[in-house]
Amino acid sequence: MAGITLKNVSKIYDNGFEAVKSISLDIVDGEFMVLVGPSGCGKSTTLRMIAGLEEISSGELYIGEELVNKVEPQDRNIAMVFQNYALYPHMTIYENMAFGLKLRKLHKNEIDKRIREAAATLHIDSQLDKRPKALSGGQRQRVALGRAIVRNPRVFLMDEPLSNLDAKLRVQMRAELIRLHNDLKTTFVYVTHDQTEAMTMGSRICVMKDGIIKQVATPEEIYNKPDNLFVAGFIGSPQMNFFKGRLIEEGEEYSLLGNNDEYGEFRFPVEIEDKENVRPYLRKEIIFGVRPEHIKFTEEDGLKAQVLVTELLGSEVHVHLHVQGEIHTVKTDASVHIKAGDIIKVIPACDKIHLFDPETEKALI
Amino acid sequence: MNRAKTSTLFKIVIVLYLFIIIFPFFWVAVTSLRPEAEIWGSGALQLKGAAFTTENYKLLFKTPVLNSLKNSLIISTITTIYVTFVASLCAYAIARLDFKFKKLLTVIVLVTSMFPQMIVIGPIYRVFVQLGWTNSYYISLPYSNITLPVAIFILITHFSQIPKEMEESATMDGSSKINTFFKIILPLAAPGIFTAAIIIFIGAWNEFLLSLTLNTNEAWRTATVNISFLRGQFEIFWGQVTAATVVVTIPTLIIVILFQKQIVSGITSGALKE
Repeated sequence: MAGITLKNVSKIYDNGFEAVKSISLDIVDGEFMVLVGPSGCGKSTTLRMIAGLEEISSGELYIGEELVNKVEPQDRNIAMVFQNYALYPHMTIYENMAFGLKLRKLHKNEIDKRIREAAATLHIDSQLDKRPKALSGGQRQRVALGRAIVRNPRVFLMDEPLSNLDAKLRVQMRAELIRLHNDLKTTFVYVTHDQTEAMTMGSRICVMKDGIIKQVATPEEIYNKPDNLFVAGFIGSPQMNFFKGRLIEEGEEYSLLGNNDEYGEFRFPVEIEDKENVRPYLRKEIIFGVRPEHIKFTEEDGLKAQVLVTELLGSEVHVHLHVQGEIHTVKTDASVHIKAGDIIKVIPACDKIHLFDPETEKALI
Repeated sequence: MNRAKTSTLFKIVIVLYLFIIIFPFFWVAVTSLRPEAEIWGSGALQLKGAAFTTENYKLLFKTPVLNSLKNSLIISTITTIYVTFVASLCAYAIARLDFKFKKLLTVIVLVTSMFPQMIVIGPIYRVFVQLGWTNSYYISLPYSNITLPVAIFILITHFSQIPKEMEESATMDGSSKINTFFKIILPLAAPGIFTAAIIIFIGAWNEFLLSLTLNTNEAWRTATVNISFLRGQFEIFWGQVTAATVVVTIPTLIIVILFQKQIVSGITSGALKE
């Protein structure tokens, strides 16, 4: 077991493309760190640099106390699970799992013991004599996990391991991975583009975009206190609604003032914690964001808008509204009867509004 | 054009093609079983009521044909083994490793395969004479001239099709490059390697010019060259020539029949999520 430290790590490809731009990240020993971001954000490249499959262009990478920039991947004692499983098709499941152990010259009995244990944990004990071809997608992914587990590596790296599974299996495997992490207590670094996976599995989440880390924090913090516009929009489903408006101060109270075209002006009260911080933004145009579940329907003063579509998801309804030329979503419970075309009024919870600088896109509170 | 029509046309083309390919062989096979006097004329291809004889074969085996077959077999086998080995390593390097002038190297390989043999045979002959390698099994070495480029190209295609993750996964498992090559890559490329090996073998087996030039002594002649010597001062022994052709074709036929499964088999299925 070991932590991982990245110090100003960059990856520049031969064609000049900078996939990872001087990132620094501390992954604590035993942590489940999820790297999340849209395609091309550099998350997989970062993982592959930790694995040693990509050379590090500049910066330092430590696993435990050891500087591993120049250490070959096979000598780093880390295991990796690939998106497409990458099982050896010409070997049985048993041989697949034994491959890495044999290379480490472990005794036959020890190899057998470890494989049987891992197979039991992953419920693939009856598949050991089969070849990967005979297994279902979920079973193959378990084998790939098993192949990593038996090695007792210092770190587990996982590159979108669930994205080839169907939705139901993915939910099931998510839970199993969490359980596995709890059992093994080893450092996991997990790459995904799926924010649900990030939220449910990570002890901490590292949100990346264009080769830069946008925020590293626990799932709660990422969700409740996003550092910037990108993180706020990326994490959460349906995504956070953003509006343009101005912040005004009336005595001790603050309000947000905005304009929604033909439906006229709107105005909401907003709670501000750090009053000093927002002072320079008073009466200027800012962006504010509200999560769909923090918007309520109201009969009184609020933001007037037309309903475009409603989506019933069983227990809840997503109501899509047309505001300031964009589509915004309100999450409400299924008992509310609203249909497309209705003109309604909504108001956000005053303590759940996120304010952002329109230029730097940084959060203000 | 609708599908049924296309498929019918396709079938006709294939039948015609097969006829063109198979007919000469059929002709040769029939001729080899006919008495010398009946090889020519309008009845040459008549099967019904024709006289058949094994005389041509009996005569053929009085010539050094068996020795020439042995030579061909040894030379072709040596060529197949070492060219397959060299081509595998070379193709893997081109397909997977990063090094300078990789593209140039690939082009050079391609270009060498396009040299007419006539151009290279002179220098090769000189070298062989000086080394004293004429009339020996060293002829396998210049055989790479005809077989290696093709083998490399077949194998590059096969190696490139093997998912990179397979190697990366082995690397993460602690496998060295060379171990990964032998334990993971080669088994996965087996169909390609069989295909390459068979093509190398057939190429070497059918080779004529190098053998004719370098192994001039009768004891070192290969089967193909031996056939060309089945002639008298004023005539060619067509009966024996055709019988020898049949005999020489049989080993290649056996090889293709034996290994066609390996060539076709899709050994990589199940490795990855498709």
